[in-house]
Amino acid sequence: MFEKKKDELVHDHNHDGVERRGFLKCMAWAGTGAFCVMKGGVLNSYSFSRLPDPGAKAETGELSFVQISDSHMGFNKLANPDVAGTLQIAVSKINALSVSPEFILHTGDISHLSKPEEFDTVEQILKGASPKDVFYVPGEHDVLNDDGKQFFERYGKGNSGTGWHSFDKEGVHFIGLVNVMYLKAGGLGTLGHDQLAWLEKDVKHLKHSTPIVIFAHIPLWSVYPEWGWGTEDSAQALSYLKKFGSVTVLNGHIHQTMQKVEGNVTFHTAASTAFPQPQPGKADSPGPMKVPAEQLKSVLGITDVNYVQGQHALAVVDSSLA
Amino acid sequence: MRRSVSFAVLAAALAIGSLALGLSGNHSALMAQEKASSAEVKIDNFCFSPATLTVSAGTTVTWTNHDDIPHTVVSTDDPRAFKSKVLDTDEKFSFTFSKSGTFAYFCSIHPKMTGKIVVQ
Repeated sequence: MFEKKKDELVHDHNHDGVERRGFLKCMAWAGTGAFCVMKGGVLNSYSFSRLPDPGAKAETGELSFVQISDSHMGFNKLANPDVAGTLQIAVSKINALSVSPEFILHTGDISHLSKPEEFDTVEQILKGASPKDVFYVPGEHDVLNDDGKQFFERYGKGNSGTGWHSFDKEGVHFIGLVNVMYLKAGGLGTLGHDQLAWLEKDVKHLKHSTPIVIFAHIPLWSVYPEWGWGTEDSAQALSYLKKFGSVTVLNGHIHQTMQKVEGNVTFHTAASTAFPQPQPGKADSPGPMKVPAEQLKSVLGITDVNYVQGQHALAVVDSSLA
Repeated sequence: MRRSVSFAVLAAALAIGSLALGLSGNHSALMAQEKASSAEVKIDNFCFSPATLTVSAGTTVTWTNHDDIPHTVVSTDDPRAFKSKVLDTDEKFSFTFSKSGTFAYFCSIHPKMTGKIVVQ
């Protein structure tokens, strides 16, 4: 019998009806380590009852991957003087997942100051993870110099424009978007005309039943514009995805887990592996939030995502590093 | 001999001290003049403060980052009037405003942070 650990936050969108409505009322927060548990059918969820022995591989027609975010390698202030150490713990958590993820999505702010040695350190630490493939999108901390040239050369070879790209895994279509380039004064994240035109074309001929996963750094929904937590032109991007039955948007940037369901789209943000940030409006600014040292791991985390072919949506599980 | 030398030194020190006090009026005027040609903007809590700073032409403005997260100071003009490198905690950026005008700027990492230098 699969047991959900008390530090896990589980969102399963495979059930319609009451569970879904119940979920819509629940906005989950992990900023202070307090978790709100989904009501209705989670433990009965198909994807969990299918999770077999630890270390098992996903069966054919199943897909398991993990999202990490905001490793901020190079940050060394009080909120976390050892971001390499907490990233290492995240890798151990990935390796302990009951179904081995096939790959890792890193939703940006890999480095803290765009320094080569910071990127190198993250790559080195991630080499210890069992999934060998890592797909990256940049955060604003990754493109601080030379218009992101260094990031692009490391992770964006073969990609167009500022590094947007798409790929397919087990019938799921993944789209990496870049919304941290050429930010304008007073503005939010931005995708830009060229990227939007590419996105429209990229999904045009896909079957409506194709599950879509979008990953980008800054949230693609309006979490808290006052703090820059949103993307100006995301509505246009989402308009190209209306026809799809299942769209999952995975973001980072805000250093806390948050989720919203809007029609066919599930938006989800991941915790950071480096330091937490305050809940919207609960502090003067969205800077690094200090917590007692013994609580730090409980406010950092990874996100495990499972998809079973034929199911309507992906199961997204956040777990802390504690 | 030694005693008289040390006495002389002490007397000289006292004399210089009182001279300095006497000159302090002039000295602070000099200092005020120096202050007028330099000004400061603090970066703290994701804010530039003061958000609008008015200075006279020829003033050197220095931004200091007191946040525990990096910020930048980037002119919004095209072409940019000034652009700092990334400022980590306690790092500074200075720019001398020789022309009059209004110079809007922002943090390119956190674009909601905006400020203005008005040069008269």
